[in-house]
Amino acid sequence: MKISRKDREYKDVLKGNVWVFPDNVDTDAISPSQYINDPKEMAKHTCETINKDFASKVKDGDIIVAGRYFGCGSSRETAPTILQQKGIVAIIAESFARIFYRSSFALALPILEIDDISKHFKTGEEMEVDIPNAEVTNLTSGNKFKGTKIHPILLNFLKAGGLENQLIEELGK
Amino acid sequence: MTGKTIAEKILLAHNLSGNEIKSGDIINAKIDLIMSHFGTAKVSSDFNKIRNPKKRKVFDPNKIVVIFDHYNPAPTERWAAIHNMIRNFVKKQGITNFYDIKEGICHQVLPEKGHIKPGMLIVGGDSHTTTYGAFNAASCGVGNTDLFYAYVKGELWFRVPHTIKFNITGKLPHNVMSKDIIIKIAGDYSAEVANYKSIEFTGKTMESLSIASRMTMSNFALELGAKFSFGVPDQKVINWVKERTNKSFELVKPDYDATYEKFYEMEVNDLEPQVSCPNTIDNVKSVSEVIGTKINQAFLGSCTNGRYEDLEVAAKILEGKEIHRDVRMIVTPASKMIWLEAAKSGIAEILINAGAIITNPSCGACFGGQGGILGPGEVCISSSNRNFQGRMGSINSKVYLGSPATVAASALKGEIADPRDF
Repeated sequence: MKISRKDREYKDVLKGNVWVFPDNVDTDAISPSQYINDPKEMAKHTCETINKDFASKVKDGDIIVAGRYFGCGSSRETAPTILQQKGIVAIIAESFARIFYRSSFALALPILEIDDISKHFKTGEEMEVDIPNAEVTNLTSGNKFKGTKIHPILLNFLKAGGLENQLIEELGK
Repeated sequence: MTGKTIAEKILLAHNLSGNEIKSGDIINAKIDLIMSHFGTAKVSSDFNKIRNPKKRKVFDPNKIVVIFDHYNPAPTERWAAIHNMIRNFVKKQGITNFYDIKEGICHQVLPEKGHIKPGMLIVGGDSHTTTYGAFNAASCGVGNTDLFYAYVKGELWFRVPHTIKFNITGKLPHNVMSKDIIIKIAGDYSAEVANYKSIEFTGKTMESLSIASRMTMSNFALELGAKFSFGVPDQKVINWVKERTNKSFELVKPDYDATYEKFYEMEVNDLEPQVSCPNTIDNVKSVSEVIGTKINQAFLGSCTNGRYEDLEVAAKILEGKEIHRDVRMIVTPASKMIWLEAAKSGIAEILINAGAIITNPSCGACFGGQGGILGPGEVCISSSNRNFQGRMGSINSKVYLGSPATVAASALKGEIADPRDF
């Protein structure tokens, strides 16, 4: 279940099916510590307290739409990582907890902050995301929503395939 | 030009470009200290991805502290292997500030060992790294990839935060603690009140609090989203730090005309003990509203409230009494020093005689890792910092957070109880 560099290849525009999550999705829900000894088991239980179907039904290319304070809690990087491994290509939330926010850019997982966004989507609807313009379209309803643009420095982390890739490239041979 | 907050002053002093800064800017800053625990394993495997073996070196081994605290001693073969991987890494990299399984929880051990000084910029591979704000350090948690970057470069990106100020006044009633203040703040203003922001705590109450009590607040401030969380910069901090390091330092105080995003006032003369109810930090009730809730376990420990004064307050409540027969009380001192002090002073004996068990210093039961996992349907009152669903074990268990005094009183009664009655 390793993420290859190709999977992290940056694209300005993404399209995918949406999973709608509530406010305050915490890192223990995403990455439960009782399964930390067994990453495969953890993948089966990710977000089970939010939506019991998520872990078994999420598909490669899906997008999470969430309420406020997504990823609150621990600094465990397994939280954004496990969502990437399950196929999530972007998260659009009303706000993110600070450490989850910076880890997402470090891991080249595109995230956008858009006010009230969770009220405008239902699980299963299709979304188009324009990352540099911080704009999403609900392809089912046709409505468009604009959020806060990503700082150019952070956008570059996404384009470089994450901070680790960027550093390893910089250090060269 | 307007004045600066503590966060702005420390970030400006570490800004590698040397330019002026303002809230919202993204800067590259020089790091004074990096702390990492089991995440060091991921960092060490990242080093192996660097193509040129000669470049697989940390930026400065003397500015890194590595400690084992989460799975301590190794509970499984996998953790034993991870520990050995980290032991080999620190040896190879020449990291001498390495604390193996015996010392305790990072956020207690680093200050105790004199690693933390006012004015430092610190990152840690643990969310509760905000704790060092009690010592006037700008200190925050980051994920393992950011940690790897900092290990190699000695620098990292920071967004200059806005600062909010909490002015706390009044005298805390008997057996009401600093934990009750910070839980009350979460309840009144939400768990997101300080997200991306720096906090400065001020006021007569803050000045009167011990360093340990201030650490509790700077620690729990992470649960309010805080990036940094500064206690009052006063003589108590100077004295505490000077007892533990010979290195020079200066307190960083905010300018009188610094810009704050928001001020909050709180008066604590009549503050009731506060409880964070399942499953969010800000689902807060006064203890009188949850009195009588049956518990199966009482946990006294963690980087939030596993310090000597916490054990002492519990011992005063439990002395000569026996905890309820249906309750398991688990006490996990935050460090070896605290354990030893409790052993010498007789507090450990009081707790054991009352029916508690005392574990070795570690993160233990707090994060559902080991040493007090909850089964389905069980309820725990805990002095720790998170009550998320499944945090301490089964997703069908429940965690209530309170002060050490509330934990001890509840252990006696077998149900959530008011510590002011003891």
